[in-house]
Amino acid sequence: MKKPIISLDSITFRYPNSVHDVLKQVSFSIHEGEWVAIVGHNGSGKSTLAKLINGLYFPENGEIHIAGIKLDNSTVWDTRKHIGMVFQNPDNQFVGTTVQDDVAFGLENHGVPYEDMVKRVIGALKQVKMDDFLNQEPHHLSGGQKQRVAIASVLALRPDIIILDEATSMLDPHGREEIISLVRQLKEVQGLTVLSITHDLEEAAKADRIIVMNDGEVFQTGTPDEIFKLGDELVKLGLDLPFPIKMANTFKEQGVPLQGQYLTEEELVIELWTSHFKK
Amino acid sequence: MMEKMIFGRYIPADSIAHRLDPRAKLLFVFIFIGIIFLANNGWAYGAAAAFTVLSIWLSGVTIRFLIKGLKPVMIIIAITFVLQIFFAREGDIIVDLGFVTIYEEGVRQAIFISTRFLLLVFMTSLLTLTTTPISITDGLESLLNPLKKIKFPAHELALMMSIALRFIPTLMDETDKVMKAQMARGSDMSSGPLKDRLKAVVPLMIPLFVNAFKRAEDLAIAMEVRGYRGGEGRTKYRLLKWHGRDTLALLSLVGLTVLLVLLRG
Amino acid sequence: MDISLQKVEYRYAAGSPFEKLAIEDVSFSVPSGQYVAIIGHTGSGKSTVLQHLNALLKPTAGSVVIGDRTVRAGRKEKELKSIRQKVGIVFQFPEQQLFEETVLKDICYGPMNFGVSEEEAKNRAEYWIEEVGLSREILNQSPFDLSGGQMRRVAIAGVLAMQPDLIVLDEPTAGLDPRGRKEMMDMFYRLHKERNLSMILVTHSMEDASVYADKIVIMHKGKKVHEGTPREIFADAEKLKQWDLSVPEVVHFQRLLEHKTGILFPVVCLTMEELVAQWKQLSGGHPL
Repeated sequence: MKKPIISLDSITFRYPNSVHDVLKQVSFSIHEGEWVAIVGHNGSGKSTLAKLINGLYFPENGEIHIAGIKLDNSTVWDTRKHIGMVFQNPDNQFVGTTVQDDVAFGLENHGVPYEDMVKRVIGALKQVKMDDFLNQEPHHLSGGQKQRVAIASVLALRPDIIILDEATSMLDPHGREEIISLVRQLKEVQGLTVLSITHDLEEAAKADRIIVMNDGEVFQTGTPDEIFKLGDELVKLGLDLPFPIKMANTFKEQGVPLQGQYLTEEELVIELWTSHFKK
Repeated sequence: MMEKMIFGRYIPADSIAHRLDPRAKLLFVFIFIGIIFLANNGWAYGAAAAFTVLSIWLSGVTIRFLIKGLKPVMIIIAITFVLQIFFAREGDIIVDLGFVTIYEEGVRQAIFISTRFLLLVFMTSLLTLTTTPISITDGLESLLNPLKKIKFPAHELALMMSIALRFIPTLMDETDKVMKAQMARGSDMSSGPLKDRLKAVVPLMIPLFVNAFKRAEDLAIAMEVRGYRGGEGRTKYRLLKWHGRDTLALLSLVGLTVLLVLLRG
Repeated sequence: MDISLQKVEYRYAAGSPFEKLAIEDVSFSVPSGQYVAIIGHTGSGKSTVLQHLNALLKPTAGSVVIGDRTVRAGRKEKELKSIRQKVGIVFQFPEQQLFEETVLKDICYGPMNFGVSEEEAKNRAEYWIEEVGLSREILNQSPFDLSGGQMRRVAIAGVLAMQPDLIVLDEPTAGLDPRGRKEMMDMFYRLHKERNLSMILVTHSMEDASVYADKIVIMHKGKKVHEGTPREIFADAEKLKQWDLSVPEVVHFQRLLEHKTGILFPVVCLTMEELVAQWKQLSGGHPL
């Protein structure tokens, strides 16, 4: 068993000036090299989790450990070095006036020497295939391209963990596909730990593990397979099932007998083909 | 009209002036603004004008382009010229039409003042035409750096300027979007009495402010997460490099200063 | 009210060195009571087309017929308000246009700009706030105290309260969670059916276009490249690919099934129920 790189222990949190707890007794841990998706409807507390993990807020009760360090006021800058974050709005996280300046921003903050900085900027932009756009200004880039630059900015800092806080929700289907496959590939090559916060269950289906949040509590944790077995319960939480599962459910409702769970269209097609034609 | 105006714009090219260090260019323009006031006769103004023409030539910008692009400024200069002629009351009378008298000294002053104004506008335009806004920011930060000792926030100022530059196009798009959304709801910002037009600006300004604050908040978080903790201990990605040509440019100004002093009558 | 675009061309910053052709030779019509979806890749000219529908942009060539009015290139048009009252546009992220102190005042803003009395505007606000699924209590709150989803509904109520004959929706579900998305799309469809409201939906979602629209218009690189019913449009996946578009998942699944089994369905199925019904018929003929 790998060791946990992020662990939350009975976290309770409420925003200043609010009477409601956004998070209630939330505990879970994420292991090195894992891809975990946190899903939930808007307002379920999933984005607040990301802010707590990064020390932008501190919990009222409970403890957070990042890479073995207990997160508090005095350690927050150390724990942040382990984490890179990509946010929802592509425009509001682009700090530099050009692509390369934006990637360099984080390196400048960490006092990286100039020669090293140049290498890391170019290297990171190559990894996200944006090295042809070094001097491009942000308003000439598409949303998907801006998010790729945001990922490069994260990679240049060489974190162990990358958090995607609804990073694809403002993109068109093309951009979304692009970002997800890029992160997937980076995770495999570099052994990054990925925490993706999303309400897109298609995206979550590709994770190793899913944590379902509802009203500030962990509703369920499991592999995509286990989570999608919940079926209508997920729909009741304001989520949508991946297409192959919905399709299989429709077959069952209409009286076509099917066994098992199908996470891909191919599996379902094969099942239909064999059970109905090849007997 | 604004589209044809070049004041404050950058024109990409690869001239000597483009390649100068922004610090050299900033100092150059500041010093030039100072020494032009040394000129007090035709010869001195002639020398300053010749120096300016030479600078324009080295920047690859044509004088025609400058005059065309600075039309609104030219109009202001023309008005100053005329006012100066009519209001000066010194020296010999050269024209007396009864309702208006023109004095010799008036014409002299008018020519000098508009020449000075023109040269200043040309020189400052050259700075912005040959230097990207971000380089100007870098230059300013570097020049103001020594003032950090007296707690002058040079780094913060430069960062603010660069973020403002980065967000200008974004905010322009947003203005256009909100304006259209309100126009689709029947708002009319382009006709009617002034009072109504001013009122129509409120539905535009409030959403813009609200969105700008939201952006600022997001941006602050994004910066913090990427390790921003103020200017202390930061390295710079955009390096400025001082070359021989930069020293040469400043030395040419020393030459001009000496010349202007000698020519003073 | 019918609306039609006739050979519309639009150039940004026409006559300046920054001139850029945005759309060219675009013609299509939306007969009264129809639901039309406009699809196309980002940058295809969809949003430029949208702004012609209520004269926010005037064509640089061609003409736009909106009810009994015609906006023609090169002609000064007076009194655009009557056009804008008839065509309500719900822009992308419409919550960003809210500005008043209270929800009530914000909803009244549009109607009162079009000369509706304060009394009548208030009645409309009370009516439409419930139609978009919010309670009347919310009317006295500041729009900025609401959740993102609620703000969007308020903004939509503000457009509906103008009581236009045609509603234009630009990606109305962007950023919403799955439940919010479905509720929003169902609400517009109900309004369309109950009131015979014409609808134009600009979307990236092939699912929404296939389920709700009577007709689909495809834009690509500033031109209208195709137009037809959802069944016609989604029958040819290869053709869509050249415009960077795909088919809805259910169509994709049908093709996969056809490929694997070698059995061709007689029609393109746009819903899962349709597909299952077809499958049962087709497989029912075979011995199990």
